[in-house]
Amino acid sequence: MVNEQAIAARTASIKTKGQQKQQVACDTDSVAGAVSQRACVYSGARVVLNPITDAVHLVHGPIGCASYTWDIRGSLSSGSELYRNSFSTDLQEEDVIFGGEKKLVSSIDELVSKYQPELVFVYSTCIVGVIGDDLQAVCKAAEKKHNIRIIPVQSSGFAGNKSAGYRAACDALLKIMPNEGPVEQKGNTVNYLGDFNLAGEIWIIKDYLKRIGIEVNATFTGDSSYRTLQRAPQAALNIMQCAGSMAYLAQRMEDIYAIPYLRVSFLGLTDTAASLRSIAASFSDPMLAHRTEALIATETATINRQLEAYRTKFKGKKAAIFVGGGFKAISLIKQFRELNIEVVMIGTQTGKQEDYAVMQELVNDGTVILDDANPAELEKFMVEKGANILVGGVKERPLAYKLGVAFIDHNHDRKHPLSGFVGAVNFAQEVYSTLCSPVWHYV
Amino acid sequence: MLECTPQTITERSAGKINPAKTCQPIGAMYAALGIHKCLPHSHGSQGCCSYHRMHLTRHFRDPIMATTSSFTEGACVFGGGANLKTAIKNVFAIYDPDVMAIHTTCLTETIGDDIPSIISSAEIPAGKLVIHTNTPSYVGSHITGFANMTKGMVNYLAESDGKPKKEQVNLLPGFVNPGDMLEIKRLVKAMGIKFIMFPDTSGVVDSPMTGEYVMYPSGGAKVEDIRDSGNSKLTLALGSFASTDPAHQLERKCKVPALTLKTPIGIKATDELLMALRQSFVQEIPAELATERGQLVDVMTDTHFHFHGKKVAIFGDPDVVIALTEFVLSLGMVPIHVLTGTPGNAFEKKVNAMLLEAGVSARVKAEGDLFELHQWLKHEPVDLLIGNTYGKYIARAEDIPLVRIGFPVLDRSVHSYLPVVGYKGAMRIIEMISNALLDRADRDAKDEDFELVM
Ligand code: SF4
Ligand code: SF4
Repeated sequence: MVNEQAIAARTASIKTKGQQKQQVACDTDSVAGAVSQRACVYSGARVVLNPITDAVHLVHGPIGCASYTWDIRGSLSSGSELYRNSFSTDLQEEDVIFGGEKKLVSSIDELVSKYQPELVFVYSTCIVGVIGDDLQAVCKAAEKKHNIRIIPVQSSGFAGNKSAGYRAACDALLKIMPNEGPVEQKGNTVNYLGDFNLAGEIWIIKDYLKRIGIEVNATFTGDSSYRTLQRAPQAALNIMQCAGSMAYLAQRMEDIYAIPYLRVSFLGLTDTAASLRSIAASFSDPMLAHRTEALIATETATINRQLEAYRTKFKGKKAAIFVGGGFKAISLIKQFRELNIEVVMIGTQTGKQEDYAVMQELVNDGTVILDDANPAELEKFMVEKGANILVGGVKERPLAYKLGVAFIDHNHDRKHPLSGFVGAVNFAQEVYSTLCSPVWHYV
Repeated sequence: MLECTPQTITERSAGKINPAKTCQPIGAMYAALGIHKCLPHSHGSQGCCSYHRMHLTRHFRDPIMATTSSFTEGACVFGGGANLKTAIKNVFAIYDPDVMAIHTTCLTETIGDDIPSIISSAEIPAGKLVIHTNTPSYVGSHITGFANMTKGMVNYLAESDGKPKKEQVNLLPGFVNPGDMLEIKRLVKAMGIKFIMFPDTSGVVDSPMTGEYVMYPSGGAKVEDIRDSGNSKLTLALGSFASTDPAHQLERKCKVPALTLKTPIGIKATDELLMALRQSFVQEIPAELATERGQLVDVMTDTHFHFHGKKVAIFGDPDVVIALTEFVLSLGMVPIHVLTGTPGNAFEKKVNAMLLEAGVSARVKAEGDLFELHQWLKHEPVDLLIGNTYGKYIARAEDIPLVRIGFPVLDRSVHSYLPVVGYKGAMRIIEMISNALLDRADRDAKDEDFELVM
C-alpha cells in the first residue's frame, strides 16, 4: 500500500545500516500532508510538567487541548493528586475576538480559591499565541494578588515540535528554583532528572540509591511537588534519565548552581549497573562504590536466573522499536540483546543526530533506522524485516496488532515499572506475555 | 483525586474543571472516517491532529489515520494556504485516498484561512475529491464537529437529479459507535427498505484482523451513495445535535424532507424509528423485529423490580444522554442528574420535558463539566452513574457503580462493536445496568441477606 514515491520523499530520514554513508536526517519539521506521529510544543511541555503533583495545570485555550491531556500519563504520586484534574479556560468565540485575558484572570482566581495551590502553571496553546493574550503580565499580576507562584508556560503549539515544548517546560522549572546560585550543596545527594514516575519507576531507583548511600533530593518531575523542586539546587549532582526532555535543564543548573550532571539509563541490566557505578564514582566516598558492587551482585544474581528462562523462549525473535527519544531507543537495543532478541528496525520521534550515530554503531547490518516514521513506513519495514514485536506508543499499538505483531507500550500507557533490575524482569515478562500469547495462532 | 471537590455549589463563569466535552475537529475526523476510502485532514499544527488520532485510537483500539498541514510559525503569519496546497498534493501522491476531508482547527480558524478558495486553486488529481468543513473548537463541541463534517458531505457531494424521489431513506446516525451503525442498518434492512447511511464508520474503525494492514478498510459510505442521497424520499436525522443540521442542509439543497428522531436508544426511541419508516414506506414491521421487541419487553418486565426507584446520574453527549434518559425512565429509574458538556438550550428543554412528563425533578444542564456533576452527586447521591470513562473518578470518590456508555471509553474494550441502539441494544443496556447494580448488591450484602436467586 505504500507508494514508492512516499518513501522517496523521505529517503533522507530513513536508512539501512551498511548501505548508505550519510546520517539520518532528523529534528526537521514534518512534511505538510503527512500522517505525522509528532506532537506539538504544548504536548511536550505538558508531558514534562504534568507530573508535578500539587500544581494546578491550567490550559489557556479552547477545550480540546486540555481534554486530550487529562490524566493520560500514568505518573504516580505519593502525595497530592491535584495534577490529575483537568483545568481549561475553555475559550469561546467572544474570547477569541476580544481576547481571553479576562477569562484567564477569573479562572486563576477561581482555581486558587477552590484548591489553594502553591503553584499554578498556565499553558499557552496555539490560539493564544495568535490572539495575543499577554500571559506573562496576567500571571505576574495574579502572583502578586494571590501571593503564590503562577508560572506561564510558553507552549504555543506551532512554534516548533515537542522538543521546543520540553525546553519551555525546563524554563518554567527554572523559575521555581531560587534564581541566584551557587547554593550550598549537601553531601551524597542527587537530583533525578527525566523520570516521570510511570508505574512508580522513580521509587525503584530511589531505593537502589538509598541502599548505596545516596539520597535523592528532588525528582524531575515524577512524584515531585512545589517544595521539593524548590530545594533542587541543594543537590551535589544531577543524574538524568530522559535527556531529550531534560538536557537543557541540566545544563542550565550547571551554569547557575554549578551542579554537574551525568547521563544515566536504568533500562536493562547492563545500563542499570553501569549507571549505578558511574553515579557512585562521582562521589569521593569509596564506600559508595563498595555498596554499589554489592547491590549489583545481589540484584543481578536473582534476576539473571529469572531472565534465563525467557532468553531460551525468545531465541530467534526479532523486534522493531519506535519510541519518542533517542536515548531510550539506545537502551532498548541493548535490553533486547540481553534477552536474545535482535532489533531489525529502529526509529524515534525526536532523536538527535548523536543518538542516531550511537544506534548505528549498536545495531547489526541490515537494520532499518528511521526518523519520524509514518504508519506506512512502520508497516513496510516491520513486514519486510519480519519483526515479531513492536515497541511503541498509543498510536502504534493497533497498527502492530493488525499486522499480527506483538506489542509493548514503552510510553504513557505502560502498566508495570520497566526501570532497574526488577524492571528488566517486568520487561521480559511483558515481552513474553505478548510475544508468546496464543492469540497469534488465530491470525 | 477528587477529595478537594467542595460540596457547596457556587456559580462558575470561568473555564472548565474536568470537561465533559472535547473539541470539534475530533468529531469531524471521526465523521470523515465514515466515508469509504477517505482520509481526514487536519488543517492546523501537528499537535491537534496527533491528539485527535490518539484519542480515537484509544476509544476504538484501531489504527486511525489522518494527515496534518503541519503548521509552523511562518504559516501563522502568512496564512496556511501554501501548507494546505502542499498537503493536498502530498496526500494524494503518498496516501492515494479517493476523498480528502479537510477540517480546520482553532488556529486556522483564528488566522482566518479561506479553505474553499485554497481548495479551488489546489492541484487535485482527476477523479479525486476534496471536501471541507469549518470546525472552530471555541464553538460547540466534538458533536458539533461531527455535524459540521456531515454537513460538509452534503454540501460537496449530495446531488438531486431532479427526477421524482426514490423509494429510499437517508440515515444520519450521529456520533455513535460502528456497532450502533451496523445495528441501525440491520433494522432498516429487516424492514426491507433501501437506505443510504452516512457517515458510516462500520467496517472502518472496527475492521477485522487479517494479519494485513489496509489503510482504507472495506467499510464507509460510498461517494456515489452520498451523492444519491439527494434523490431519496426522506432523511432521518438520528439525534438532533449531531444530525439535524446536515439533514436540513440536504432538505435545502436537494428538497429531501428531513425528520429528526432521537438516537434510537431504548424501546420508545426504537419504536419511533420503526414507526417513522413504516409510515413513509408503507411496510409492515417484520415478524423478526416484532419478536425482538417482544423479547425486550419480556426482559423489562422480568427485571423491572431491580430498577424501580433507583436514582441515576447520566452524563455525556447530548443525543445519547437524551435517549438514555428516556430509556431509564421507562425502566422506572429516576434520573436526578443529567448533564452534557455540549452547549445548547435544546438539551435542557428536551430532558426537562421528559422529566416533567414522568414527574421527576432533577438537575439538568448543558455545557456543564464533571466538577459540577460531582458537586451535584455530593448533594444528592445516586445508585448508578452512566457515562463515559471520565466518570470513573467520581464513581470511585463516591463509591457508586459506573456503566460505561458513550464517548470516549478508554478503559474497557468491545464497546465499539456491540450496539446500544435498537431492541437488542436496549437489552444489552439492561444487562449492563443490572450487572452493575446486582454485583454491587452482592458485594454489599450482609451474610444473611446474600442470595442465590435475584
Ligand atoms: S487547538 Fe483547538 S483543535 Fe486543536 S486540540 Fe486544541 S481545541 Fe482542539
Ligand atoms: S492547538 Fe496547538 S497547542 Fe493545542 S494541541 Fe493543537 S498544536 Fe498543540
